Amino acid sequence: MAASQLPPHMRPDRSFQGLILALQRYWADYGCVILQPYDMEVGAGTFHPATTLRSLGPRPWNAAYVQPSRRPKDGRYGENPNRLQHYYQFQVILKPSPPDIQDLYLKSLAAIGIDSRLHDIRFVEDDWESPTLGAWGLGWECWCDGMEVSQFTYFQQVAGFECAPVSGELTYGLERLAMYVQGVDRVFDLNFNGRDDEKRVSYGDVFLQAEQEYSRHNFEHADTGMLFEQFRMAESACRQYLDAGWANGNKGRHLMALPAYDQCIKASHVFNLLDARGVISVTERQSYILRVRDLAKACGEAWLATDGGGAN
Amino acid sequence: MPDLLLELLSEEIPARMQGRATEDLRKLVTERLVDAGLVYEGAKAFATPRRLTLYVQGVPARQPDLREERKGPRLGAPEVAVQGFLKSAGLSSLANATIQRDPKKGDFYVALIEKPGRPAIEVLAEILPIVIRTFPWPKSMRWGSGRLTWVRPLHSIVATFGPETEEPDIVPFSVDDIAVGNATSGHRFMAPKAIRVKRFDDYARKLEKAKVVLDPARRKDTIAHEARQLAFAQGLDLVEDDALLDEVAGLVEWPVVLMGTFDAAFLAIPGEVIRSTIRNNQKCFVVRRGSQEGSSPVGTHGAAPQGGMTNGLAPKFILVSNIEATDGGASIIAGNERVIHARLSDAKFFYETDLKTRLEDRLHKFQGIVFHEKLGSQWERIERIGLLAAELAPLVGADVELAKRAALLCKADLLTEVVGEFPELQGVMGRYYALAQGEDDSVARACEEHYKPIGPSDRVPADPVSVAVALADKIDTLVGFWAIDEKPTGSKDPFALRRAALGVIRIVLDNGLRCRLSNLIEGYLVHLRLEPREGTEPVGEAAPRSRPGAAGFSDGLLGFFADRLKVQLREQGARHDLVDAVFALEGQDDLLLIARRVEALAGLLDSTDGQNLLAGYKRATNIIRIEEKRDQTRYAGAADPTLYRQAEERELAQAIGAAEAEAKDAIAREDFAAAMSAMAKLRPHVDSFFERVTVNLEGGEEEKKVRVNRLKLLNQIRTATLAVADFSRIEG
Repeated sequence: MAASQLPPHMRPDRSFQGLILALQRYWADYGCVILQPYDMEVGAGTFHPATTLRSLGPRPWNAAYVQPSRRPKDGRYGENPNRLQHYYQFQVILKPSPPDIQDLYLKSLAAIGIDSRLHDIRFVEDDWESPTLGAWGLGWECWCDGMEVSQFTYFQQVAGFECAPVSGELTYGLERLAMYVQGVDRVFDLNFNGRDDEKRVSYGDVFLQAEQEYSRHNFEHADTGMLFEQFRMAESACRQYLDAGWANGNKGRHLMALPAYDQCIKASHVFNLLDARGVISVTERQSYILRVRDLAKACGEAWLATDGGGAN
Repeated sequence: MPDLLLELLSEEIPARMQGRATEDLRKLVTERLVDAGLVYEGAKAFATPRRLTLYVQGVPARQPDLREERKGPRLGAPEVAVQGFLKSAGLSSLANATIQRDPKKGDFYVALIEKPGRPAIEVLAEILPIVIRTFPWPKSMRWGSGRLTWVRPLHSIVATFGPETEEPDIVPFSVDDIAVGNATSGHRFMAPKAIRVKRFDDYARKLEKAKVVLDPARRKDTIAHEARQLAFAQGLDLVEDDALLDEVAGLVEWPVVLMGTFDAAFLAIPGEVIRSTIRNNQKCFVVRRGSQEGSSPVGTHGAAPQGGMTNGLAPKFILVSNIEATDGGASIIAGNERVIHARLSDAKFFYETDLKTRLEDRLHKFQGIVFHEKLGSQWERIERIGLLAAELAPLVGADVELAKRAALLCKADLLTEVVGEFPELQGVMGRYYALAQGEDDSVARACEEHYKPIGPSDRVPADPVSVAVALADKIDTLVGFWAIDEKPTGSKDPFALRRAALGVIRIVLDNGLRCRLSNLIEGYLVHLRLEPREGTEPVGEAAPRSRPGAAGFSDGLLGFFADRLKVQLREQGARHDLVDAVFALEGQDDLLLIARRVEALAGLLDSTDGQNLLAGYKRATNIIRIEEKRDQTRYAGAADPTLYRQAEERELAQAIGAAEAEAKDAIAREDFAAAMSAMAKLRPHVDSFFERVTVNLEGGEEEKKVRVNRLKLLNQIRTATLAVADFSRIEG
């Protein structure tokens, strides 16, 4: 259904949820599996196993999903018009990256009302690297009239393993995109449900209180003793599940890559919280990052020994 | 002769890589053509964000034929040798070989191998895929299921070859599954349809119609011109920015220049912050109020910033879009304005937040920040700079307390929000914040200027407080990294020590500062309380700090300074041999005196007297060298006046004595010009000596003594000139 035929409150340029629905519909039409958010705290949509792990191994995979992303350090107590410690990413992963992936992306912008005859859409170099995931790729930030609205990456390596075939990853910053299409300067002013009457719910109605509370938590009160302990526990559990998962004790087949990876995600988020609390020194920081990366690499290795990872 | 057109159409190529890539493409293809015997007439390469294009003009249609004679075995040679020969020469039997007669060594077989030149298009079909597969992108990637690597996915290749008058052929090759043909496409949004192209002129014309300006130089010109025009129309001046212009020209195929506005209230933020915000994040240009209004450009600080601190910026910006929008660009401008508004709001927030904390209140944080694991924390470094700046202050005419204050505050802006966001504003922000908290103007200025000079065109600090802190900062870096053996090697200079040394040199020379570098370096090693290496020695105040032997150490670092000074003086136009001639003297470690002496020496050598003196010197040293070699001895020591036989000898001896004394006296006064003039007075005496006096006398014992005495006299010319420079290093 074309955007113009939608009821006003469902239109991508009128409501935050309309934007999400339009993207979901577009990528569903393309043939993507529309997943729901991963049920753990992550810093970016990339951490979802549907991206990290599925981008490893030979099996084709096309998926799209919204992922709530937590960046404890980016909290601003709800006072900054753009920065949030919790926000939504819309993530698309296409493996192998199709030859027309740029066109597909541009059409998705059209589907949410961004007309390329009217707007200046640009692909500006932006290489991506995730030290904690042992991953890197080349690509761009996608600009619309000078605003970065998406990240576009061709994964070259994930968890220390070469990606073959290569996945194309598209990450839409949903709040920014919505602010753009709704013409709003403050994220909390976004119309969430597209109603203009007494039923109108704004982004602030949904999330402002959370931003304030979590900022307090992230910067001032998060229990660092507990977090250090949680980091240690997650790290050790991850190792334990990885060790236990190798079938018959040899490295041919792994039976618990996903639960192990959950613990890697957990460790990564706990590290981010500790970092936001300012209790990790510059030198320690690097060593924590390396510890998470080691887990990610071991999980990647385990995944490649599973069905999903292409092992037979 | 036929021309080649090659176009590699890909997804967006990073702007910073385009220039180098065109150069590489042109070189790689043309070098291979020449290697294959295909000498072309001309070649040009172009880049847009989506394509690399090469045009090679006047390629011969065929390679030249090659004829080669291959010498074979002698007649009647063993069968193995014959078979080997036939095989290597590609002959089926000896009947196809000729026989060459050689009466001395015996007759032998010769094979005449004729290798007809191949059509150039076949050669191209071999060359081009190799160039594409091995292209030296700084970073390249794979995509989809393929193994091919390119900077971003490569979509299509145009490769046509043919003479002007005919329909060109398509060069028959493919790279993985990318077919080669004569089809490309125009602008991504305005003309995405396929275009069939023939030769280069046809290609460039069709692209232009399809909203692609192929030549980056033309895109740059268009942008610069239109940006100036837009600014001018509003009575404003474009703040020129070549690096940004290059980048922006690499981001668009069809530049459309537009002007946007931001809230004038943001002009309360320092102009540099506005510019960094708009430039770095949005790749837009800023404009300033027209020069007729008497404003100063961004980034120059003739006077202390004050009041609005706008540096004359106007609340406008210039953006370069990639499309001719159907609404004339209204949406694009509105979108960019909103982003810039948000960015400037952030910047304003950062700036105002920064102003709430005094610079000195940030300092405690430096204790937890490692400068270098072997050189302690940032705080320790700040303390060292403070000590050194205080010591240097009297030498450079700075107030000691102000120098200490400036050294204490000069790094504090590194911990501010604005510098965190825009590292290139370090120093600049320090100055604003220092002024805002009521510091002395020279302290504020030093916060900015102590980093200078950064590049060759950067200004050298002149204010004494700035000079003291700038020198202290650089000497701390140099001595510190030298002491822990992090010296530059080859092209690697991770701590920018060359730049620091050059900075010291320029500050010293430009400000006419006198200082003995070796004293400075050796004295500074004491401040530099080097941490003992981990686990080897006890840590703490009681433990003696390990430090390298001061003398050898300072020699090494002095040598490094000497090399930098040579580079610097050479760049200023001094002859390298004159620099060498001065450096060859003992104990040269006062940069200013060295430079002055080189200058005076150049003055001397510009005169006829100087040239002739040099010629006389060379003649004297040549004679001595030859005779010393022949006689297996050295002719040193004073000549004996009782052995002089001719007036010219006596006069020369007197002149040498007088010139040497006068020169040394002048040097002691640091009057190098006078010292050189004193030396120049030697010239007529040297000339008439060589004219009238025969050095190598033949004869008995008496003549031998006179000869030796004359050689000693010549040697005195050599030693006398050493008072001003080592003439043996001077060329010509």
